[in-house]
Amino acid sequence: MLGLNNKDTKLLIAVAVLTLLAPFILNPFPADSAMAQFNAGYPDLMQRFVIFGIFAIGFNILFGLTGYLSFGHAAFLGIGSYAAVWIFKLFTYNVVPAIALAVIMAGLFSVIIGYVSLRRSGIYFSILTLAFAQMSFALAYSVLSNPKFNLTNGETGLQVYADDIQMFHREGLPDLPHLFGLSMRSTYNLDIGAWSFSFNAGYYLCAIVLMLVFYLSIRIFRSPFGLMLRAIKSNQTRMSYTGLNPRPHTLAAFVISGMYAGLAGGLMAAMDPLAGAERMQWTASGEVVLMTILGGTGTLIGPVLGAGFIKYFENIFSKINDSILHEWFAFLPDGLENFMVFIVHPFVGKGWHLTLGILFMLVVIFLPGGLVEGGQRIAKWIKNRGKAEDSGATTEPAE
Amino acid sequence: MDGLILQILNGLDKGSAYALIALGLTLIFGTLGVVNFAHGALFMIGAFCAVTISKILNISYEVVDPNQTDFLGNPLKVKTPYVESWFGPEMGASIIDWSVPLAILLTIPVMMLIGLIMERGLIKHFYSREHADQILVTFGLAIVLQEIIKYYFGANPIQTPPPEALQGVANIGAAFGMDLPYPIWRIVYFCFSLGIIGAVFAFLQFTTFGMVVRAGMADRETVGLLGINIDRRFTIMFAIAAAVAGLAGVMYAPINPPNYHMGMDFLVLSFVVVVVGGMGSLPGAVLAGFMLGILESFASTTWATTTLPGINQIIIYLVAIIVLLTRPRGLMGRKGVMEE
Repeated sequence: MLGLNNKDTKLLIAVAVLTLLAPFILNPFPADSAMAQFNAGYPDLMQRFVIFGIFAIGFNILFGLTGYLSFGHAAFLGIGSYAAVWIFKLFTYNVVPAIALAVIMAGLFSVIIGYVSLRRSGIYFSILTLAFAQMSFALAYSVLSNPKFNLTNGETGLQVYADDIQMFHREGLPDLPHLFGLSMRSTYNLDIGAWSFSFNAGYYLCAIVLMLVFYLSIRIFRSPFGLMLRAIKSNQTRMSYTGLNPRPHTLAAFVISGMYAGLAGGLMAAMDPLAGAERMQWTASGEVVLMTILGGTGTLIGPVLGAGFIKYFENIFSKINDSILHEWFAFLPDGLENFMVFIVHPFVGKGWHLTLGILFMLVVIFLPGGLVEGGQRIAKWIKNRGKAEDSGATTEPAE
Repeated sequence: MDGLILQILNGLDKGSAYALIALGLTLIFGTLGVVNFAHGALFMIGAFCAVTISKILNISYEVVDPNQTDFLGNPLKVKTPYVESWFGPEMGASIIDWSVPLAILLTIPVMMLIGLIMERGLIKHFYSREHADQILVTFGLAIVLQEIIKYYFGANPIQTPPPEALQGVANIGAAFGMDLPYPIWRIVYFCFSLGIIGAVFAFLQFTTFGMVVRAGMADRETVGLLGINIDRRFTIMFAIAAAVAGLAGVMYAPINPPNYHMGMDFLVLSFVVVVVGGMGSLPGAVLAGFMLGILESFASTTWATTTLPGINQIIIYLVAIIVLLTRPRGLMGRKGVMEE
């Protein structure tokens, strides 16, 4: 279907079903129960899953296929956000031109940055992209927000004010980002028994975009171009000896992944019309690297899984506080309960980053292929265990 | 003229910090071939050693003094640090006053220990893996170290004053008939870092141990074949590099009150410094550190910021990009280091 082989079609359908039914799947617990805090089916969080999924898919096209580790991809996300908010400010709240401009601007910037950075490889490339991203951050944070020429509004972040021009804004259109009149915030709540599910227009826009870009990334992975990119990763020297110039291919990959990042940034602004410089900081770039690695570098579904995993646990872990911990360990004797709370406390709530760092180290050390590899290993182990039991009887006498 | 020299001086203290961190990074890179993204965190831990020492020295007990009363008429509780009761009030007070220089004594063993644990426990297993993996695992480690510090010391910067004798401003140009007011502690920091840099170079140049290490940097395999346990020496070099970063941090605490993310801020710039200086070149790292520090200070003058607004924020990155594109190996980089 759609030029995909059987396996990829199944994967695409699985992703489509998961994203479209996410409001159900992510809300397995009744709204009033104690477990409701583990629900993730509210619009804000689901949008984040999908947007960061898009960002990570794009990053994976560069890092997973060519092996070029960029530490500056958040810059493109930020550029996309700023571009989208400027469309909101100057022209209209309609998200289509905003997202389009976000992608185009990110693409332009990634052509420039990529052209320069890709002249070096390995660690130099990482540091060059890092330098560019930090430069963009510094520019957005302070330089481009002086009173004479206020492009980014500095620390406050760029947002839409009542006295902005908004040329094509008419009466009757919502005063928020909208898709031809359909507000991104409009949410339909469905209550079934104790459960409550919310269907948000913004989320579904993101979900459809995700499916499109996921399809695109499958096509890139399976195309001759994708094969070229893999050749760059495995042996660039040999590739150039066979008469192929790797640089245009890497640049193309860089620009594509930059445009994905811009798309994510544009969507982010479309969900919440605000753009801040902190989105461009290098910790944000580090986060997308984490997502890709955690999910599985170079795999199709990995980055989406990683993004969902990190955003979900970020949300859950940040919510847990001491009283919840005390509830959990209430079954233990008092002294032991306090001890357990004391042990767990640094890792939850504000300590989420500590957990993330440890998790990240563990994944890099023990599971370089990320969650996807972990899943494959478990599947293999289950399969082999069955086999071992079968063959066990026959091989035993040999010992 | 005075202004020119003053700007150079202003660049020196930041330049010294860059140079020290970059020196450690280059040492690790040159010996073990590992790109250590956790080096900034080591710098930060060094700074927090100063905080810890000054906290420990200030641990006090309370005595109710019946002769004094507070404004409500209740007997006043007087806090006396233990140090003062052990060494007498004057001696104790001056020990507390000199807590930052004293912290150096703690920093060296602590940082070397951390370095040893890091190398033996984690980085050892990453020699045979890709540079990307090394970057990622040390990046993860940096996050962990940073968050641990944040958990115990909080997120706010902690003021750590230098000794009273070294506070204030001195006019260092008086002898040459120039007017150059400059904070004393920054002069101390500059001299201190020159001393450390000199010590590291002397250690590598004039001791047998250093000779073997240099030989190992040039050709690890041959040195190993000669029956020398080069791995152990490289481990010790890692510990020394960690100690250099820690020392840079401990003395920097009075200049810039330590907070948990100062390591990351310095790390990015130090990497740029290493790349500009030339990967694997120790003199290059030091030179580039001072050079970029001074450039940054020139870019922060009012003249520069009015002609090109914001130039002070981006000058280092701009220089790095220009250097990498025109001299891809950096200013003093050698051929064959870090090239595919």
